Amino acid sequence: MDNTILPVIETALLKVAHDKGFATARDRLEVMSPQCGFGELGTCCRICYMGPCRIDPFGNGPKTGVCGLSPDAMVARNLLRDTVGGTASHVGHARHVLLTLRDALNGKAPYQIKGVSKVMALARTFGVPTEGREVNDICRDLVNIALEDFGRQDELPNNWLSKRAPAAEQALWSDLGLMYSNPHNEIETAMHATSMGNDADPVSLMLRVLKMSLIDGWTGLTLCVDLQDILFGVPEIAVTEAAVGVLEENSVNLAAHGHNPVLSEKILEWAEKLEGEALAAGAERINVVGVCCTGNELSMRHGVKLAAHNSQTELILATGAVDAMVVDIQCIWPQLAQVAKCFDTAFITTDAMVRIPDARHIPFEPHHADESARQIVQAAIDAFRRRRGKPVDIPQHKSTAVAGLSVEAIIDLLSKLDAEDPLKPVLDNVANGNIFGFVGVVGCSSIKFRDNAMTEEMVKHLLRQNVLVLTTGCTAHICAQDGLMTSEATYRYCGDGLKAVLEVLGKAAGLDGPLPPVWHMGACVDNSRIVDLMVALAERLGVKVGQLPAVGSAPELVQEKAVSIGGSFLALGVSCHIAPAPRILGGPMVTKLLTEDLQELIGAVVRVELEPKGAADWMVAHIAEKRAALGI
Amino acid sequence: MSRTIFTVAERCVACKSCEIACAVEHSQSKTLAGAILETPPPQRRISVEGVGAYSYPSRCQHCSDAACMTACPTGAMQRDGGTDKVFSDHDKCIGCWMCVVVCPFGGVTADPAGKKAVKCDGCPERTARGEAPACVAACPTDTLLYLTPEEFAAQRRQATAHAAVCGGESATPNGMDILRSLKRTH
Repeated sequence: MDNTILPVIETALLKVAHDKGFATARDRLEVMSPQCGFGELGTCCRICYMGPCRIDPFGNGPKTGVCGLSPDAMVARNLLRDTVGGTASHVGHARHVLLTLRDALNGKAPYQIKGVSKVMALARTFGVPTEGREVNDICRDLVNIALEDFGRQDELPNNWLSKRAPAAEQALWSDLGLMYSNPHNEIETAMHATSMGNDADPVSLMLRVLKMSLIDGWTGLTLCVDLQDILFGVPEIAVTEAAVGVLEENSVNLAAHGHNPVLSEKILEWAEKLEGEALAAGAERINVVGVCCTGNELSMRHGVKLAAHNSQTELILATGAVDAMVVDIQCIWPQLAQVAKCFDTAFITTDAMVRIPDARHIPFEPHHADESARQIVQAAIDAFRRRRGKPVDIPQHKSTAVAGLSVEAIIDLLSKLDAEDPLKPVLDNVANGNIFGFVGVVGCSSIKFRDNAMTEEMVKHLLRQNVLVLTTGCTAHICAQDGLMTSEATYRYCGDGLKAVLEVLGKAAGLDGPLPPVWHMGACVDNSRIVDLMVALAERLGVKVGQLPAVGSAPELVQEKAVSIGGSFLALGVSCHIAPAPRILGGPMVTKLLTEDLQELIGAVVRVELEPKGAADWMVAHIAEKRAALGI
Repeated sequence: MSRTIFTVAERCVACKSCEIACAVEHSQSKTLAGAILETPPPQRRISVEGVGAYSYPSRCQHCSDAACMTACPTGAMQRDGGTDKVFSDHDKCIGCWMCVVVCPFGGVTADPAGKKAVKCDGCPERTARGEAPACVAACPTDTLLYLTPEEFAAQRRQATAHAAVCGGESATPNGMDILRSLKRTH
């Protein structure tokens, strides 16, 4: 490829790995390539044992499955199973947090309520009385409302969906039959409907995709984040650093990887408690660093440094400097255990659902969180003792990054400009074009798109055109590593309008320079924060979310979760850019539905662009259409 | 004139069914379930190569004037009188790799031990039964065709004539066309 611009951090990390003789995911992808076209098109069906069936895209061979399933139904069925995978992941995470909160309130798990403001805000939303009541009692009511969602069989609308989602959108979802009751029942129904001999209607299946995505959005994301904020506090603006250079040769480097702060918060707590033991072992300190989304959780709430996004996880282990990597759930590559065992690195799995050969397993469940966390931090100190004095190879790249931009933190900041009507300064600047629009850049980091720095370059194109970028997940890591969450980035990349707005906000925030142009809003589960911000803006304007000059983008899709998150944006009427192509192209009707006809149904479409400028250009054009429709 | 394997590159979707079928055909058991348990594992003689947004199943072309046969110093590389296909006699092969050097298609490789030349033999047992070679039979998109040169050329002539008289193919792109055009921008 002529325009290869592999980011310097990746180049440095790959050199470390290759110098030590490690094959990396890039090498494994090369062996895997070319990848199977039937899989890429979505027209490979392995659901029943008359198959596997494949549809010839050129029309010479099979035109339907053995059962007669059409290619459109085949791709829709496969896509629905993708969204079930994504939604089940987020809902599972949410339920785990919910049960932890319940047990904390019952004195069975050693966690305290740190987000009192969130408890009060949610009490208002759900109509829970607060007058003269203890915070824990109010919280118990909220827990019961959430538990009801997971147990109900009465088909009444889900509490979190009906109380947290905007009303106008709910009316549309109701018309389309998308309102849900118990998320578990829907996951079951979707798996049932996609097994052999059930739903064969591509339109019906695609509506199920939207419904599953709504579950992801309002139970998987919103409920989870609401409760995490109750347990661990609402993020406030914090300055941190990102990229492999945050590892410290003479400290105990303890990397927390995965998604669930129920684990990583305890690790951070015990790292502080056991600091003395680390010093006794000859370390300067315990350096807890964040990897993937649990890293984002820690950086949002504590300013913990970010060491690596998902596609760099095996590479930072190749530095030899990570003493322990402790993981919980989702996006944990089995390869990590293989790299770790070449060093003194303790690679520790903790969740019964995530067992990896050659990993050390230290079971972690909330009831015994302190004992397990202590054991894990101790394992990191022991590994440091073994590593001490041996050569390590830490590329010295890192960048400053501002994190912690929860909706509450943003509103606090805006209140300094207009205490009565905090959103007004933003809306005024949207109206006058200083802020041309918003793009939520979400999802993963993909080795298929690191060669052309897809996320960074796309974001820079957007900033030049005065589009404010809100990001989460591994794309947040990418932006942080590239210096896009700094004041300098505002000067360097933004159009004049956006620059002027960010200068005013920076002054209000008490920063030395402008606010960064890319806002770190959290982990991938925190996409509900982006949605909450958009809902607040829409309600203030008196329009639907889909009318805002806003687009979603998953520029380096890897995980099924990103598919269901994208679907939840679509359901709100927010169009989405995606790369690579979703596995639907083998179904012409489904392809047309997602890229064109969905506009009429819900006011949003999907656009595939594999190259950063093309992606940014499409999003800017789409935002321009939304602006024109609003008359601004 | 004998039949041979022709490749219509634009139909290949890189599913690698040909690779698996080839290995199974050259196994002891000739079944997938048996082949995966054999030691050494059976070796495929066809390889799907990626070329940008496209892929191509690459293998021995069984050239009429085969450079590998000319280069072979021991006579291991020879043409089967019955099938008209070029094959390598393992007993005679000394692993000098002259055939590998001269083959313009990369159609000759080494066995797992790295001692003997291995290549497509045109599936003589299958063709003797009147069946197409394993790779052709396994191809789900008719990328691989088992025809005489005259039959293949006739198909091409017919397609050209059809396009000239009735106009080109329908303008509606299929999924693979869309996927390839997306990949070309990447």
